[in-house]
This record gives sequence, structure tokens and C-alpha cells, in this order.
Amino acid sequence: MVGIVSYGAYVPIYRLNREAIGAMWNKGVGKGERAIANADEDSITMGVEAVIDCLHGMDRSQVDGLYFATDSPPYIEKQSASIIRAAADLREDILTFDVAHSLRGAGSAMRVAADAVAAGSAKKVLVAASERRIPPPNSDFEVQFGDGAAAFLLGDTDVAAVLEGSYHMSSEFLDVWRKPQDTYVQTTEERFIRDEAWMKMIPQAVAGLMKKLNITPKDITKAAYYAPDARTHSSIAGQMKLDPKTQVQNPLLDNVGNTGTALAPMILVAALEDAKPGDRILFATYGDGADAFLFKVTEQIEKIRDRRGIKRHVASKMMLPNYGKYVEIRELMEWESPRRGARRSSLPVLWRERKMIYALYGQKCRKCGNIQYPRQRICIFCQAKDDFDPIRLSDKTGKVFTFSMDQRAQEIVLPKVFTVVNLDGGGRFYSVMTDRDTTKISVGMPVEMTFRIQMGPSENLPLEGSGLYNYFWRVRPVRC
Amino acid sequence: MESLKDKVAIVGMGCTPFGEFWDKDIVDLIVEAADEAFADANVTAKDMQAAWVGYTVQDNAMTGIILSSALQLQFIPVTRVENACGTGAETIRGAALGLASHTYDLVLALGFEKMKDAGFGGIGQAWPGKWHPVYGAAPEVGGAVGRYALAATKYFSTYGLSPEDGKRMLAKVSVKSHYNGSRNPKAMLRNRITVEQVMNAPIIAWPLGLFDCCGICDGASAAIMCRTEDAKRYRPKGDYITVKASAIACGPGWGKERVNYGYTVWEETEAAAKQAYAMAGITNPRKELSLAEVHDCFSIAEVIACESMGLCEKGHARDDIESGAWEQTGEIPVNVSGGLKAFGHPAGASGGREVYEFYKQFQGKADDKTRQLKDLKMGLSHNQGGHPGNFVAGITIVGEPPSR
Repeated sequence: MVGIVSYGAYVPIYRLNREAIGAMWNKGVGKGERAIANADEDSITMGVEAVIDCLHGMDRSQVDGLYFATDSPPYIEKQSASIIRAAADLREDILTFDVAHSLRGAGSAMRVAADAVAAGSAKKVLVAASERRIPPPNSDFEVQFGDGAAAFLLGDTDVAAVLEGSYHMSSEFLDVWRKPQDTYVQTTEERFIRDEAWMKMIPQAVAGLMKKLNITPKDITKAAYYAPDARTHSSIAGQMKLDPKTQVQNPLLDNVGNTGTALAPMILVAALEDAKPGDRILFATYGDGADAFLFKVTEQIEKIRDRRGIKRHVASKMMLPNYGKYVEIRELMEWESPRRGARRSSLPVLWRERKMIYALYGQKCRKCGNIQYPRQRICIFCQAKDDFDPIRLSDKTGKVFTFSMDQRAQEIVLPKVFTVVNLDGGGRFYSVMTDRDTTKISVGMPVEMTFRIQMGPSENLPLEGSGLYNYFWRVRPVRC
Repeated sequence: MESLKDKVAIVGMGCTPFGEFWDKDIVDLIVEAADEAFADANVTAKDMQAAWVGYTVQDNAMTGIILSSALQLQFIPVTRVENACGTGAETIRGAALGLASHTYDLVLALGFEKMKDAGFGGIGQAWPGKWHPVYGAAPEVGGAVGRYALAATKYFSTYGLSPEDGKRMLAKVSVKSHYNGSRNPKAMLRNRITVEQVMNAPIIAWPLGLFDCCGICDGASAAIMCRTEDAKRYRPKGDYITVKASAIACGPGWGKERVNYGYTVWEETEAAAKQAYAMAGITNPRKELSLAEVHDCFSIAEVIACESMGLCEKGHARDDIESGAWEQTGEIPVNVSGGLKAFGHPAGASGGREVYEFYKQFQGKADDKTRQLKDLKMGLSHNQGGHPGNFVAGITIVGEPPSR
């Protein structure tokens, strides 16, 4: 009985009201909001968030694989899944790979993961999908796109949603594409895509699945599937003979946006959040064809409710005040060249200290019990030598001990909030505060950890002279 | 352990004006400061048996050769020292130890910094962290202002000051520094400012604003030193000063990572002061010191330094600031020169410049007579490099030669 053991999701805190986009271009573009990743977020950092949400309260060492789907990897050459694995503190002896180049990646990864579990090559496998695509200015995509991530743990014990079957279609259909040198997603006439792809592929795959499993549309409790916009989503429901009022999961397109590869998985998480034992959930991904899955929810679903998932993340938000702020955090303008030379991070250091930097391991002195970060040979409290136990700090919360707000630091979103945090349970951590409202920061404020881009190859984050993305843990006000 | 007290004398000093010298390079600064000091002691470069040179990070300087080549010192030992913004104190300490050990009889201690060739404001290369630059103190993850501002926030919250009250307290420190600097011809910033100007100035790193920050600039300072018994060869008694104490405290660091670090005391400065007072035989610094030149790279730095050195009771700086105790006419004049704030802060030169202030005051040669203090006995010069929780502090106490 292979299926979904746990789920998690992530929606960035910032939202851009579509009216702000309309005001910029002086036209009506509809209502609702887009979720916008902060300047220090990308598909990897959001993937880490979703994976950690999915593994909430679980033993992370039981994970045997991580398959990561995205169309917006920070690196064209260099795996993203390995970075997520390291940050989420999963074992090193597991299979990790990226599924890129198609909006359909998450569905494909889920089938492969289910097969691995069924074949016995892995007991539990994570499938994560994350997207942070950059739409062209003044385009339909700019109105539609959103950023977000979802993750599922697949396994064959403690299954909360049993995978009853799947159906897959591959189609050579050119609707969206992006070459390595392209910043923006390219596309063609929407009416053509609508008639020949959106309205046909998911319905055809779902029809194939129903035939295969010998079920009818009436057997579906909720359907979670991809569509680029709300109107099309609703039309596809009709095509599949589903009642849009009762059988279709709200597709998040109004309040989050089209999160590409991550969209259908995020809708599935939303469906699972409300699912009851016995429910049958249809899940379908789209892109270069379609994948359709049927899940049957079990009693186990009640034991994994305490995730932030979609609902809590969607409810926790800060509005970008205007289009200009969006342009700033998405770095859509060319900045002044930095006056200070860029520092080069030492790659041997990043390698040597990977446990400390990516998984945020500190150490606890066996003599005096004090937790300290970063790694030391001699205890900074009692001077005992080499007598420590490692302790993961990335899942700790803490209270602000002191802070400052630097208006001139190298950072896209200024001021840069330097924060000294006393961790709950001991230890102190120095970092930068992100996802914050500067008018509400105070000594004593509760914060939590979040994996972010600390330095990047673009100009106005602290510029990383080695031309790579340098990830590290920041703190943020406890989100939700 | 033997005290350095009164073993070593300063018989000549020089100090360039501090400022933004687009038309001067390192060699110009070194030659200018050294020439003034040589002439003051009536000696020449050829008389130097050894030298100590202090500077922090310079693209155009390495080792002691920058000093020997600038002054054409011929094959004598030159030691380069570096303690970040606390380099000056280490320069004088090195020279004093060389003399006290009787290894040399006449030496030069010179500190300089050329900070304005960088092409940007503020300090350049900062303090590397453990996994520099991902985690540390580099400008990428926190420049000097942001680091000291952490202390300001914590000072306010610890002592129950609202940000408004806290900023007002700090503003008065800067107003005093500018007032003193305005009457010091060699100072960089000679404009007088008001509390309202300070309060309304642009924020650099909350809660610190523009006028809470010192001027980063170019400059050099130099001292000619010998053992006290030889001092009369160079100038009459009453016209030279002796070193009463020279102390350095290098902290174990990791304050920002250590839950027992409070951000309201400079532990290294406290430790250096303890060493220095013991060496100089001082029991009540506020009474016994005629002046204190304090490392006020930021207004909050002066406040916490004064408290850490026992010039003021901890948490009571505000009372002293309100009462004017640190002003020129107050109980313990602090930064009567204008301090780093107004005189300027070329990192390696500041420690020597602080001693220069006492030296000139003691000789009755304050450039502007309205700044001249009377009956000087001992003066303290305080220097620190690094950032809160991660300092190396230096304290030099100089004063009237012993009566024997």
C-alpha cells in the first residue's frame, strides 16, 4: 500500500495585489493577489521550507530519497536537491535528483518515488516541487504567476492517502518554454494552447485513469489539478464532468497565483488539509503531456494535521505596498555597480563546515551544558576541550536579544536587520532578520529559523565573488 | 611581574591634521607626522635604533618596510603591529617594551591609516568571521555601525530608555565632541551641531544616525620614546611625559554567540583598564585622571567605554551627560580633543593621536587656548579594535614624570 505519508507546503510571506500591477500599466488586470518570494528566496529555499514542513515532528533520518521538481533552479548545472537535502538535514546516503524542464515534473517525480517504494529500493521518499519563475513585465504571466512550494513523503507504512493508480501521457506540445539564456518564460497564442492543450490533456489523462481504475467522475471527492488561471481551471472541471462547486479543490490561482510545477502539488496539499478518511482525491499535473493520480484518504490523515501547509501559510502575509517594491525584490532593474569589491567565499570552507552551515549544527558542551554556534574546539563558556555533542539549531525558536537596522548594508531589502537571538533551550545565534515589518521589531520578540540566500551572484545581495549562491540560515518573526 | 610605570618617556610627538587628503599618500602622512616628532625631540631619523609601525589593512602597505622606506631608515628593526582600530595603543606598547628591556635606547612609534583611497565610505576590510564571509563580521553580514548599533539597542532596553530618550542621550555626546573638535585646528570635523540636528539626521544603522558615527579619514601620529633616565637629554623636565601604564586585553571573542554577553559592557576595555590602573597605581580613575581620550567610533562607544573603565558607574552615563561631567569643565573631561567622532579616525593613527592630546595639554600647548586644561597629572588613552563581543582593547596612561 504505497501512498502519501505526509505533506507540507510553503507560500512566501509577501503578496502583490493585482491592482498594483494594473495601476503600473494603467489597465484592469483583475483582482486577487500573487505570492512573491522575498529577495533572499528562490526555488531551493522554498523547497527547504516545504520539506521541513512535511517532516514536522518526524524522524528525518528515515528519508531514503529526495526528488526535487522545479522549472526555476538557481543553477542550470549543479543539483538543487542536494542543497535541500543538506539544509533539511537528511542522510547523505540517499538518492537525490532534480526533475526539471517541465511543468509536469512533480507528477513524474511522484510516480518514480511510488515505484521506488513499491519496488523496495526505498522505504520513504520525499517529492518536493518549488517554483519562482520571473514573468515578463506587462504580460498575462505577470498577472498570473505566483511563487510557492509543496512536498510529500511517500512510503508504504503509516500511509495517509493510498495511491490507487496513475495514468501518464507525453505530448509534444509547445506552449511555454525558456532557453538557458532567457530570463522570461516564452509562449504562443493563448487560444491555441487553451483549445488543444489545457482543455484536452488533463481531461484525457483523467479519462484514461478512470477507465483503468474502473471509476466514474462521481467517485471523485475532490480534484486537485493544474490550470494557468481560474477561468480555465473551471472549464477543465466541466470537461472532466466534475461539479465545480463540490468536487473541485480551490486552485489558489486568485490568492497565490500560478506556481508552475508546484501548483498542482500545492492544491493537493490544500485538498489533503480538508480531506476525511475515505475521500478519493484526484491529482493531475500538466506540461508536455499530463499525469493523473487517484488517492484514497485513510484514518492516518488525522495524525498529520499539524502542518503549516497551505492554509496557515496563505493566512500569514504582508502586502508589497506597490509595484516598485516588487521590481526591487525581484531585481528587475539593473543596480549601480557595487563600490566595494566582492568577497569570495572559500569553497573548501563551505565543504568542510557543511553540517554547520547547511544543517545548522551547533554543539552542546558535555561539561557545562552550554550550546554554542559556530563550532569550537574549546568551549567558550567553560574552556573544556573537544567535549561536545552536536545539536541541530535550525528547528529552534528564540527571542531577540538585540538588533540593529543597517540602511547602508549590502542587501536588496533595506534596512538589513542584524539580530542577536537567544535560542529557546539555550545557545545564541547571530544572523539577519528577514520577512519582517521594521516597525514591529523589538527586544524579546519571538523568532524562528529560515534557510535563505545569504550572498548571491547578482549585484545587490551581498555579492558573492565566487559567482555562486551562498545559502545560510536567517531568522524571521515566528510566521504562523 | 614588574610594572612599566615611569620607566619610559615620550620626548617628542607629531600628528598630522586628520581629514580627507585626496592629495596625500601614505608616505606623505608618515613623513609629516615623523618630521614633527623628530623636530619636537630635536633628533633625526638616523638616531632611531628601532621602530614600531601600526596600521590595519592597506592595499599599498605591508610589513614594517612601509615605514623604513618612507623615512629611509637604514636597516634598523621595524615591527609592524595590528590590532584593528586599537592598533595605536599596541604601537606605543611595543616601543615601550623595547625600551624597558634595555634592548634599545631611542625609538619611534608611528601609527597611520590611509582610508580615503578606497573609493567608498566607512571602513574597508572588516573583521573576518569564522566562515568568512558567510558567517562573520564582514560588511556583507554586518559593518561596524550595525555591530555597535546592536549595543545601543541593548543599552536602551537594559536601562529602560525609550529609543527617543536613548538617542537624545547619545546626541549630547556627539554635540560635545563636535564642540570640542570645532576648537581643535587639526580636527577633521570642526562644525558645531545641535541635539536636534543629531536627532533628525539620516539613520545609518538604527538606532545610530549620521552624527553618531565618527569620521573615517587619513592621518598619522608619531612618538619619539626613550627610557625616563635619558629624557632630560631631549627636553627639560616638565616638558616630557612618562608612560604610567600600557595595557592590552584581547578578548576571547564570541560575544554575539555567548548567552552571558550583555552588550552593555566592553569586557575587553574593562579588563585593559584593570591592568592599566594596577600598573599606574590608580584607584579612583575619575578623580585621578586629568582627562580621558576614549575610543568613540560611535556615540554609544563613548558611553559604554566610560562605564567599562570606571569613569562612570554602570548604567549612569546619562546622569554624567546631563550634568556635563564629561565636558571640558566637568569632573572628568572626555574627548576634549573632539575624539574619534570629530577629530577623525584613521584607524592605526588614533591611539597615538590620543596620547598626543595629553602630551600637548601637559606642555600647555593646546593649539586653541580655549581648550587648554590646567594642572594635568595623568591622562588616559583608550583604543579598541573589533566589534562588540569581539574586541581587542588597549589603554595607555601617560602623565607627569616622577619627582625623583
